Amino acid sequence: MNRSTTILLNLVLVGCLGLFLWWAEGNLDGYKIQILNLIAVNIILALSLNLIYGFTGMFSLGHAGFMAIGAYVCSILIMTPEQKVTLFILQEALPWVQNSHAPFLVAVIAGGAVAALFGLVIGAPLLRLGDDYLGIATLGFAEIVRVIANNIPRVTNGALGFKGIPDHANLWWNYGWCLLTLYFVIRILNSNTGNVFKAIRDDETAAKAMGIDVFRIKLLSFTFGAFFAGVGGALLASLLTTIDPKMFLFTLTFNVLMIVVTGGLGSITGSILAGTGITVMLEWLRFVENPVTIGDWTLPGIPGMRMVVFSLVLILVILFRREGIMGMREIHWGTVARFMKGGKA
Amino acid sequence: MNLATFIQHFLNSLTLGSLYALIAIGYTMVYGILRLINFAHSEIFMLGAYLVFWGITLFHLPWPVAMVASIILVAGIGILVDRIAYRPLRDAPRISALISAIGVSFFLQNVAIVFFQAIPRQVYRPAWLENPMLWGDVRVLPLTLFVPLLSLFLMLALVYIVYHTKAGLGMRAISKDIETSYLMGVSVNKVIALTFGIGSALAAASGIMWALRYPQLQPIMGAIPGFKAFIAAVFGGIGSIQGAVIGGVALGFIEIMTVAFFPDLAGYRDAFAFVLLIGILLVKPTGLLGVKTEDKV
Repeated sequence: MNRSTTILLNLVLVGCLGLFLWWAEGNLDGYKIQILNLIAVNIILALSLNLIYGFTGMFSLGHAGFMAIGAYVCSILIMTPEQKVTLFILQEALPWVQNSHAPFLVAVIAGGAVAALFGLVIGAPLLRLGDDYLGIATLGFAEIVRVIANNIPRVTNGALGFKGIPDHANLWWNYGWCLLTLYFVIRILNSNTGNVFKAIRDDETAAKAMGIDVFRIKLLSFTFGAFFAGVGGALLASLLTTIDPKMFLFTLTFNVLMIVVTGGLGSITGSILAGTGITVMLEWLRFVENPVTIGDWTLPGIPGMRMVVFSLVLILVILFRREGIMGMREIHWGTVARFMKGGKA
Repeated sequence: MNLATFIQHFLNSLTLGSLYALIAIGYTMVYGILRLINFAHSEIFMLGAYLVFWGITLFHLPWPVAMVASIILVAGIGILVDRIAYRPLRDAPRISALISAIGVSFFLQNVAIVFFQAIPRQVYRPAWLENPMLWGDVRVLPLTLFVPLLSLFLMLALVYIVYHTKAGLGMRAISKDIETSYLMGVSVNKVIALTFGIGSALAAASGIMWALRYPQLQPIMGAIPGFKAFIAAVFGGIGSIQGAVIGGVALGFIEIMTVAFFPDLAGYRDAFAFVLLIGILLVKPTGLLGVKTEDKV
C-alpha cells in the first residue's frame, strides 16, 4: 500500500467521521451527544497515558493531576470577568485570575501547555525513579495538586470549584482535538524518536548501553503525555461546565488506566476501541445505579455497582488477558487490505 | 505553646504514628517478599473497622470479641485476595500485579459502598476508653495510651514471629531470594499467604483503633491513611519492618506537630506525606533503613 493511497483513505475516513458528527449533531438527543463527546475526551486521555506508559514504559499515575491543571487553566481563561465576580463569593479572585480572558482554542492550548510545564518540572526529578516508585510518586503529585487546588481559593475558588464554565467543547472541538492527538501520537511513534521510546520500554539498560540519552527521551515523552492530559482536562471542564477539586481524585486516573490496559498497552487502535467501548459501557451501566420501576414495583438503584463491575473487568483482564484487546497490534490500512483480499489479517 | 498542650500533641502524634506504623508493616512485608505495592491494603484496613461495627450492631457481640473476630476474618480476606488476584501473576511483569492490586482496591471499596452504603456511620466506643484522665493540666483519653500500647504489643508479637519461628525464617529467606527459597524447601506459597494474613490482621487492628480515634466509618476511609502508611514504609526503607515502624511514627509526628506549630498549614495536612515521599525518593530512594540493590543485566 503506497503512501498516497493511505493518505487518501485517511482523508475519506476523516470525511466519514465528519459526516457522522454532522448527522449526530442534528439527530441525536443531548445525552447521546454527551456520550460521543466523552468518547473523544477519553480517547485523548487514553492516548496520552498510552504514550507515557504503553510506549515509553513509565508507570505514571499522575494523570488526574495534569487533567486538573489543564481544566483549571482553561476554565479561568474562558470564563468572562463578570462571571468570575459572581463566582468567587468567598474570597475575591486574584487580579490576574480576574482579568485574564482568552478564546477557547487559546485556553485549551494554554491548559495543555501549563500541564506540560508541570510535567517537565516534576518529570525532571521523578523520572529517575524505577517503575512502581514512579507510579506512587506521580500519584503523590496528583494528590498534591488536588490539595493545593482546595487551598488557594483566590485562584481556584477552593472546595466550591467553578460552576457555569462556558460549554464551548462541542463535538467539533472534541473530535478535532482527538484527531490532532491521534495524528501527533502516530507521527511521533513512526519517527525515530518513537523507536527510541519503544527501545526504552523494552529494555532501559540496553537502550542506555546503545548510547541513548534515556533520561532526556523519557522526559520528552512524559511532557508530551502531560500536554495531552492537560488538553483532555481542559475539554472535560468545558464539556461538564463544572469542576471542583473532588473531581480529580485517583478514580479519574483509574478510569484512564483501565481504558489503556483493556485496550492493550502499546496499541493505539486498542486505546481507541477501549476508549469508545468503556465510555459507552460506563454510561450504559448507570441504569444499575438508578431506581428501576416495573409496573408498581420499584427496584432501588445500587450506588457503586458500576465501579464494582468495572474494577472486576480490570482484574479479569489483567488475570486472563494481560495484553488487553489488541496487545501491541494495530489495525491500519495494510491490515484492512490484506483482510479484504481474504488473506490473514 | 505550654508544656501541657505539648504533651497532648505528643501523645496524639504517638497515637496517629502507631496507627500508621501498623498499616505500614503490612505494606513493607508484602513489598519485601513480592516487590508488590499492595494497593488493596487500605481497603483491608477499612474492612477491619466495618466488621467490628457490624459485629456490634448486627450480632450484638461485646466489643473485644467483635475486634478479635474482625481481625481473624480480615486476615482471611487478605489471604483470599492474594490467592485470587496476585498468585496467578507471580511470573508476570511486576506492573501487572500492581494493576491487579489497584483493581482489587477499587473493587473492595465499591463493594463496601454497595453493601455498607456510603453514608458515614458512628462507631460505638467502650466507655473505659472515653473518660478523660487528668494529670495536672494534661487531659488524656485512655484511648491515646491504649492505641500505642496495643500497637507495641502487636509489633513485639510480629518481631517474635519473624525472628524466632520457622515461618518467619521462611519469610526472611523469600525476601532475599524467592527462587532459591523454593529449592531449599520453603513452602513459598504458604509463607506468602501467612505474610498476607499477618499484614492484613495488623491493618485490621489499625483500622479498628482508627475508628475509635476518629469515630466515623466510610467506605473510602482507607484510601488516605493507606497511602500515607505506604509513604511511611517508603520513608523508613521499604522491606524493613523496623523502618516501617520508624517511618509511621515519624509521619504521625510530622503531621500533628507541623499543624500544631504552624496552624496556617492545616489545610495542607494531607499533602505533607506526599511532599515527604517525593523528597525522600529524590534524596535517598531506599529510605532510612533500606538496602540499595543494583539492576542486574
